[in-house]
Amino acid sequence: MLYSITHTTHYQYHEIVDLCHNIAILSPRNTASQTCQSYNIAISPLPEIIEEYEDFFGNRVCYFVVEQEHEALSVTATSIVEKKNIAALPAATPAQSWESVRDLLQNSTGNFIYERQFCTATNITSSSAAIKEFAAISFTPNRPLFEAVYDLMQRIYTEFDFTPGFTTISTPLSTVMEERKGVCQDFAHLAIAGVHAMGLPARYVSGYLETLAAAGKEKLTGVDASHAWFAVFIPEMGWVDFDPTNNQLPTEQYITIGWGRDYFDIIPLKGVIMSGGTHELKVSVDVKRL
Amino acid sequence: MPDQSSVTALLQEYIPALSSYNELFSGGDTMRSDWQIFLTSLKQLGSKEVQHRNNDILRLLKENGVAYNIYNDPSGQSRPWELDPIPQLITAEEWNTINAGLVQRAELLNLLLKDIYGPQTLIKEGIIPQELIYMHPGFLRPCTNIQLPGTQHLILYAADIARGTDGRLWVISDRTQAPSGAGYALENRFAMSSVLPELFTNLQVKRLSPYFDSLQQALNNIAPHKTEHPRVVILTPGPENETYFEHAYLAAYLGLTLIQGNDLMVKDNYVWLKTIEGLEKVDVILRRMDDTYCDPLELKSDSLLGVPGLLQVIRKGNVAIANPLGSSVVENAGLVPFLPAVAKHFFGTDLLTPSIATWWCGQAKEMQYVFDNIKQLVVRRIFRHSSGRSTIDGASLSPLATAKLIADIKANPYLYVGQEKINFSSTPYMQDGKLQAGHSLIRSFLVSHNNSYVAMPGGLTRSSPAESSFVISNQSGGISKDTWVLSSGDEHEQSIKLQLKTDDTPATLHKRALPSHTAENLFWVGRYTERVIYNARLQRTVMQYILQNNHSANSETMLSKEILLQTLSRCTYTYPGFAPVADEPVDTALLTNPWPELTDILYNEKRNGSLSYNLSLLKRAVYSVRNFWALDTWRVLRQLEENWGAAKQTNRHDHLNIIATIDSLNTSMFAFLGMNRESVRREQGWNILDLGRKIEQALYIISLLQNVFQKKQTEQTEHDLMQGVLTATQSLITYRYTYRDHLQLPLVLELMMLDMNYPKSLAYLVNKIKKYISLLPKANKDQPLSEQEKLILEADTLLKLANGITLAQTDRHSNTYTALNEFLGKLYSLLADTSQLISKTYFKHSVSQKQLFISNLI
Repeated sequence: MLYSITHTTHYQYHEIVDLCHNIAILSPRNTASQTCQSYNIAISPLPEIIEEYEDFFGNRVCYFVVEQEHEALSVTATSIVEKKNIAALPAATPAQSWESVRDLLQNSTGNFIYERQFCTATNITSSSAAIKEFAAISFTPNRPLFEAVYDLMQRIYTEFDFTPGFTTISTPLSTVMEERKGVCQDFAHLAIAGVHAMGLPARYVSGYLETLAAAGKEKLTGVDASHAWFAVFIPEMGWVDFDPTNNQLPTEQYITIGWGRDYFDIIPLKGVIMSGGTHELKVSVDVKRL
Repeated sequence: MPDQSSVTALLQEYIPALSSYNELFSGGDTMRSDWQIFLTSLKQLGSKEVQHRNNDILRLLKENGVAYNIYNDPSGQSRPWELDPIPQLITAEEWNTINAGLVQRAELLNLLLKDIYGPQTLIKEGIIPQELIYMHPGFLRPCTNIQLPGTQHLILYAADIARGTDGRLWVISDRTQAPSGAGYALENRFAMSSVLPELFTNLQVKRLSPYFDSLQQALNNIAPHKTEHPRVVILTPGPENETYFEHAYLAAYLGLTLIQGNDLMVKDNYVWLKTIEGLEKVDVILRRMDDTYCDPLELKSDSLLGVPGLLQVIRKGNVAIANPLGSSVVENAGLVPFLPAVAKHFFGTDLLTPSIATWWCGQAKEMQYVFDNIKQLVVRRIFRHSSGRSTIDGASLSPLATAKLIADIKANPYLYVGQEKINFSSTPYMQDGKLQAGHSLIRSFLVSHNNSYVAMPGGLTRSSPAESSFVISNQSGGISKDTWVLSSGDEHEQSIKLQLKTDDTPATLHKRALPSHTAENLFWVGRYTERVIYNARLQRTVMQYILQNNHSANSETMLSKEILLQTLSRCTYTYPGFAPVADEPVDTALLTNPWPELTDILYNEKRNGSLSYNLSLLKRAVYSVRNFWALDTWRVLRQLEENWGAAKQTNRHDHLNIIATIDSLNTSMFAFLGMNRESVRREQGWNILDLGRKIEQALYIISLLQNVFQKKQTEQTEHDLMQGVLTATQSLITYRYTYRDHLQLPLVLELMMLDMNYPKSLAYLVNKIKKYISLLPKANKDQPLSEQEKLILEADTLLKLANGITLAQTDRHSNTYTALNEFLGKLYSLLADTSQLISKTYFKHSVSQKQLFISNLI
């Protein structure tokens, strides 16, 4: 399946800004399940400086600076991504217990450096006793790792309410845990913290999810959204994605941009303006089948 | 060699702790010869004399403004620096050993740093644990794989060292973030050599200046594009920082520009300094700010101290930073147990200088050891926190606190180490004229030099009484000592002479434009100086008038008194005060007993417009451009502050006393001004400071005249008011001398407004302002006159065309001075607009930065 993704971010300032530094991570990575065929970023006004490089996690980063007076900033990323057909559930999953994977990583020297860096918490994914307790229910003794994580995902889906607007990106996980409410990045962070609490590696994945129109209705433009889920390293499978918001393993409707330890490692677009004034933000995402 | 017994008398109260190594004796009963020589000199000077001189030292340090700021200290902004007259002595032989050990350690940490941000071989080969690096908050992922120039990435390194029971020096901790203290060490030496030169007799003490020469060289060498005069700046978090004194001191000593984050901006992949002449490229930044605060775009997003985009410029190789961003990852107590293996890996040898025994809790066995021995250990976080202590003495904890600490460690084992408590050696310090036994912690400073490092032959020693805790820091109140590294006889050392270098020394003689932020502060120093002086004079005048007419019930006098008090409230902006609000009647009680209000607007620092308030604004502006002032200026300010503080504290707020206080304040203010004229050498700096003064004076005189002469009054009242205006501006004598006549309004206006030859008249002031503005750099060279030049030309012309008789005419119907007030109103807005335009044109640094919203996901 071929997808075209258009992601537009528009900032309207309330006063003129003459310098604005930004970092965008909007370019989909190539993975086992997808190939990015083309990617283009259009910025208005035209930035004086634009640089691209790879970040610590291998994501493609675009740094740009607008050095002229402007009252609005528009960033449109367009990409065409080919998704491979993947089964909703793998036919057979490895039986390796979560404890043995934990020990394998902990006792390694040099072999699993990449994976091990995702074993430890960041400020936002640091777990509490409550989170650990919550996760431990899924991680029963000798349970295969895949099964345990799958169960954790299901439990987040069933025991937590998807409530847009309840949290912001700076809401601590303890609040999410206590209130059992949140949105995709909260659930991804929560799962990551839970997996960490078990001594296992988990990472945060940023991307898009294609939404389908209700039967008989035409799909509206701009209704899709940035989405986030998490992935766990399972030795025999590699990094396996889980979406606790929708209670499923990502299908071909999921397009990955990239990953990091948490949301703050892979913010789609951030910036600093030299101005004391306020501004407004509008985002629209379109995921279309070609 | 002097007889040892002759100095033992000095040591009657010097009783070293039982378990500690006694530094005076290098084993056996024979006193170390350097100590013998030193103590002989000390004895010859006599303890009384030393005590006197010690007071001189403290006074000198205080006057020089040497201070160490303590965060959240309610008692004030800074704490005076204390210096013990007994130095820390290090023999030539021992120095050679310690020097080699420190240089090796600096080289090792440099290689470690390069490996961590590069190939990570040490982690891959299992020489250092991954979590020790990856979990350290100083490991900045955006800083990996950046090609930095040169082989030494670590430019500055400092180590805290102390002598253990075996008499050897041990490394207690490493500093690689932004090591502080070198400036204090220099200031200590300066104070010792000027106040106690006799103590240097017969001892050859190594000079400190070579270290600073190397520092300057090291900074110049890392400039990315080879220029003859790279622009090197010191980035400070600002006057609130605990070591701000040192930032300013080093800036002055090394001839560097002291700047804050908002003085810089990133554009076109370069870092620029905002100056009054436009943007100037910055080549090298000496960073005195924690690295995470340096770039709000890529690092700590809520930092307001940094420069957005800075990291990108580093990535492009267009600016160099010492130390590089991310360097604090090797300021990591958890590394200590692994350093011997790292040394083997890189050098194939052992560490020359031992470090204090350390157990990293990231390893299960070690963590258990720490738990089992927690009472005997010191628990430290592997990184320093800006808030709170990072070192805890296990023995000092209650059972509950111990349990809490153990739980904290278990939650984040990677972030903690346990360390052995060492018994520091005993060394003398002076208290009440007697030598006592204390402990010393020495901070050594190293800087990269010729592909290796050089250490400052000396350092900053902090000492604490023997019985006190082993944790010594300036935050917790140790006293500092000068550190003397002795040279073996063959090296000939020159006598100790230190001199402050400034931008004008030949080595750095190179015209530098004034940073906008500095210019702005100087401008406000000028404005606040005059505001304080004029407010003080007006208040004095009003108070004296009230005192003289205290018993008069004469209605004319009462009216004068009322008008003068209202003028005072309006001119000082302590409004409403004595001035009625809108249509409300005058508060007669306030007029009958004006003293509580008069005292309040002098001393209430929290009240906008009070003299204390304006003094604190002045102090802040002066402090923000600390490196601009000569030592004498500093002394005057300290004195002023102390006197004013004392006057504020006293209960005797009687009227004459207050007037005397105001008089002494103004005397000090004039001394301050006089000093400025001499010490602010940089032409632009002085122009801007004086421009600020003249604008403030002009605005003040306008406001004074506006408030006093609104309505025509009876002859007696008018006379009192004219006299008040002339007294408040110290112009009465000039008036009498010039006009040899009784007071008449047209003549008073001639003198105060139109007299081109009288420095306090508006015409003179405006003309001066016009001249200063014409000297400021022009943004648009094609434009004949800038906007501010046009405005001030208009003001100048208005004044030149006016005459006193016309201005003094009253409106026939209302009996008010309409012409005068319209004229003054026009002038006021012209000048206020001029001032604003100057700010906008030259001080345009204060644009704040703001993070753009990031979208919430759903």
